[in-house]
Amino acid sequence: MVAHLVRLKLTLLRNSLKRSPWQLVGIILGGLYGLGMLVLLLVGLAVLGSAEPEFIGTAVVLAGAAVVLGWLVIPVVLSGLDMTLDPARFTTYAIPMKSMLAGLLLGSFIGIPGALTLLASVGTAASWWRHPLAAVVAVVCGALAAVTCIVASRTITAASASLASNRRFKDFSGIIVLVPLMFLGPIMNGISNGVSDFGAYLPQLANSISWTPLGAVWSVPADVAQGHHGPAALKFLIALATITALVWVWKACLARALVTPAAAGGARRGRGKLGFFAWFPATPSGAVAARCLTYWFRDPRYSAGLLMAPLLPLVLVFAGSQFDGGAATGIALGFGSALAASLVVWSISADISYDNTAFALHVATGVNGLADRTGRAVAAGVLALPLGLLYAVVGAIFAKDAGQLLGTVGLVIGVVGSGLGLASVFSARFTMNVPLPGDSPLKTRPGNGLASAMIQFAGFAGMGLLVLPELVLVIVGMVTGQVLFSWLALLVGLILGAVFLVVGVRQGAALYNRRAPELLLSVSLDR
Amino acid sequence: MDNISTWQPPAAGLPPALSIRGLTKRFGQKLAVDGIDLDVPAGSFYGLVGPNGAGKTTSLSMASGLLRPDAGQVWAHGVDVWQQPLEAKRLMGLLPDGVRLFDRLTGEQLVSYAGLLRGMDKDTVASRVTDLLVAMDLVKDAGTLVVDYSAGMTKKIALAAALIHAPRLLVLDEPFESVDPVSAANIRDILDDYVKSGGTVIVSSHVMDLVQRMCDHVAVISAGRVLAAGTVDEVRGDKSLEETFVELVGGRNQTGGLSWLRTS
Repeated sequence: MVAHLVRLKLTLLRNSLKRSPWQLVGIILGGLYGLGMLVLLLVGLAVLGSAEPEFIGTAVVLAGAAVVLGWLVIPVVLSGLDMTLDPARFTTYAIPMKSMLAGLLLGSFIGIPGALTLLASVGTAASWWRHPLAAVVAVVCGALAAVTCIVASRTITAASASLASNRRFKDFSGIIVLVPLMFLGPIMNGISNGVSDFGAYLPQLANSISWTPLGAVWSVPADVAQGHHGPAALKFLIALATITALVWVWKACLARALVTPAAAGGARRGRGKLGFFAWFPATPSGAVAARCLTYWFRDPRYSAGLLMAPLLPLVLVFAGSQFDGGAATGIALGFGSALAASLVVWSISADISYDNTAFALHVATGVNGLADRTGRAVAAGVLALPLGLLYAVVGAIFAKDAGQLLGTVGLVIGVVGSGLGLASVFSARFTMNVPLPGDSPLKTRPGNGLASAMIQFAGFAGMGLLVLPELVLVIVGMVTGQVLFSWLALLVGLILGAVFLVVGVRQGAALYNRRAPELLLSVSLDR
Repeated sequence: MDNISTWQPPAAGLPPALSIRGLTKRFGQKLAVDGIDLDVPAGSFYGLVGPNGAGKTTSLSMASGLLRPDAGQVWAHGVDVWQQPLEAKRLMGLLPDGVRLFDRLTGEQLVSYAGLLRGMDKDTVASRVTDLLVAMDLVKDAGTLVVDYSAGMTKKIALAAALIHAPRLLVLDEPFESVDPVSAANIRDILDDYVKSGGTVIVSSHVMDLVQRMCDHVAVISAGRVLAAGTVDEVRGDKSLEETFVELVGGRNQTGGLSWLRTS
C-alpha cells in the first residue's frame, strides 16, 4: 500500500511532465538550480569542517532551524503547496491510517524540495569529516531532521485543511500572510541593527535553539564531537519526541479531515444590492468595469495585488531611510507612486487568464472588444490613478519639492495610461498560467512558469520603454532642480499616457474581436 | 430585443432555427466532431443525445459561436454564426456545460451582468432579473455569491443569465444535471411555455426518458457523427428512445456481468 502511494506520486509527476514541454524545461531548470545549490552547500559544509566543532554546531543548528521553520511556514503561505496526494482524495479507498501516513511521508520526498532537503540534511555529515563518530551520528540525525521537516509541513497543512474548507478563511489567509512577507527585509534589517554584537549573539541564540524542537536534531552531532554525550542523548530524545508528537497531531488532524466534509458557506442573502453595478452606466463597458472592480475587492487573486501595491512604496521608503533625511524618503515615495500604480495596471494583462472559462459569457453575449477592453482598463485605472497620485503628493510633501510633485504626477499619469494600453493588448494576445479562480493568489501551478514569466518580463520591459521619456524628464528635473523639466514631465506624461491608452485599447479591441473564441479555447485548456 | 411577444409562429419557407453543415473539429489527434449536418426547425424542442465524449458539447460550442470550427458552417435563423457573430449571438441564449461563471458576483449581479453585456437598458434588465429570480426560485439567495451556491442553484442562475435577452433560440448543454426534481419541473415548464410561444430549444442530455418526454425532435450523436435525426417518433419507431439509442450506439455488454458481485 505504501509502495502504491509512492508509485502514484511518481506517476503523477511523470504525467504532469507529459502535458507540455515547458513543464519539462521548468522542472529541469528547477532541478539544475537545486542541484547546483546542493553542490555548493556540500562544498561549503566540507570547508566548514575545518573549523572548531562549536562553530560548526552553531552554523548547522541555525541553518537547520531555519529549514524546519521554512517547511512549517511555506505550506501555510502557499496553501495547498503540494496537494498532488491530497488525503481528501483517498477518503473512499479505506486505506489503513498507518499506510497512509507512511505513503504520504515517503511520497513527499519525491519532488525537488523534499529530495533536496533530505540530501542536504544527510549531507551535514560532510562537515564532520574530522570527527568520524559525529559524522555517523549526523547521517542518522540528518535523515531524522528531513523527516521532521516533512511531517511538520504535512501536520500544519492537515491542521489548516479543516479551516481552509471555509471559503472566507481561505480567501483571507492567502492575502494576510503577504504583509509580513513583504516586510521581511526591513524587519530583518531592524533586528540585525538592533543586536549590536552580532558575532557574540549567534552562538548564544544557537545554544537556546538547540534545546527546542526546531534545533535539537541538528545539534546532536556537534555535542557528540565535543564529547558532551549527556546533552547529545537528551537532545536526541527531544528530536524523537518532536517527531512522535507531530505524527500524533498529523494523524489526529487527518482522521478528522477525512470524515469532515467541506463546510458550506455563509448565510443566504436576499436581493437588492447591486454594488458597483449601481455606480457605473448601464452599458456593456460600464458593466465590465463594475464586474472587474467587484473582482478587485472580492477575488483574492486581485485583492492581493491591490494590497501589495500601496505597501510597495513603503518598502522602498525603508530602503530609502538607510540614507538619512526626509528628502530621500520623499524621493522614494515619489518613485514608489509610479511603481504602485504600475503594479495595479499591469495586473489586467492577465485578466482573461484570471477569468478562466467564465470568459465564455463575454464570448456568448458577443461583447464588443472595445467595451471589454475599456471596462477592464477603467476598473484598474480607477484604483491605480488615485493611489499613485496620493503617493506622489505625500512624497512631494516629504521632499518639500513642488517640482517633484509636477514630475511624479506626470509620471504616474504616464504609467497608468501606457500600462493600461499595453496590458489591454497583452491580455487580448496572450493567456498566462495563473492561479485558478478560488485558488490562493500565491499558488503557482506546477511547471508553468517559464513562458508566462517571459511574457511578463517582456511586458514590464515594454512598459518601462513606454514611460521612459517622462521618467528621464523627472530625473533630470530632480537632479538639476529646474522646474521646467518637471513641467515637461507632466506634459509628456499626460500626452503619452493618453495616446498609449487610446492606441492600446483600440489595438487590444481589434485583437479581441478577432481572437475571442481562441482566447476562450486557450483558457479552457488551462483548466 | 423583446422578441417573444412579437414573434410569429414559423411559416413555411422560413429558415430553420439552427442549421449545421459539415461541422468538423479536431483536437490534436482526436477527431471530436466529424462533419455533422443538422437542421433544427424553428419552434421545435430539440434533444441532442449521445454517449459521453460523443461530441455534443463541442458541437454546441461551435454552433453557438464559442469554439471556432475547423470546417463547416452554422446558421441561426439564417444568420451565419461565424460570419456575422454579433447578429447571430443576439438571437441565441446559451447555457454552456463545464465552464465557470463569474462566481464572485452575487446571483442577482451575474444575471444583470449578462443583460448589460448584451446592451440592454437598465430598467428592462432590472425588471427581467426580478422575474427570472422568481421563476428560478432564487429570490432568497439573490444576494449570495454564486461561488457559495449549490450545483443545482448554479445551473439555474446560469440558465437565468441565458434567458435575460429573450433569445429566439436557446442552446442548453446538460441543463438538468444536478438540478433537483422540483426545480427541474419548474425549468421544464418555463421551457415548454417558451417553445409554445414560438421559441426554439436545443438541449443536450443523456437522460433518454427526459428527452423522450420533453422533446419533439431528437438527434443521436456518437463518435462525432449524427446517427439518426428527426422527430422523436420517427427516430424511435415503436421502441423506447433508450432502446433505439442503445441499438444505434451499441456498446452494451453481452457477457454475464459480474458474477462475483451477486451476494446470494
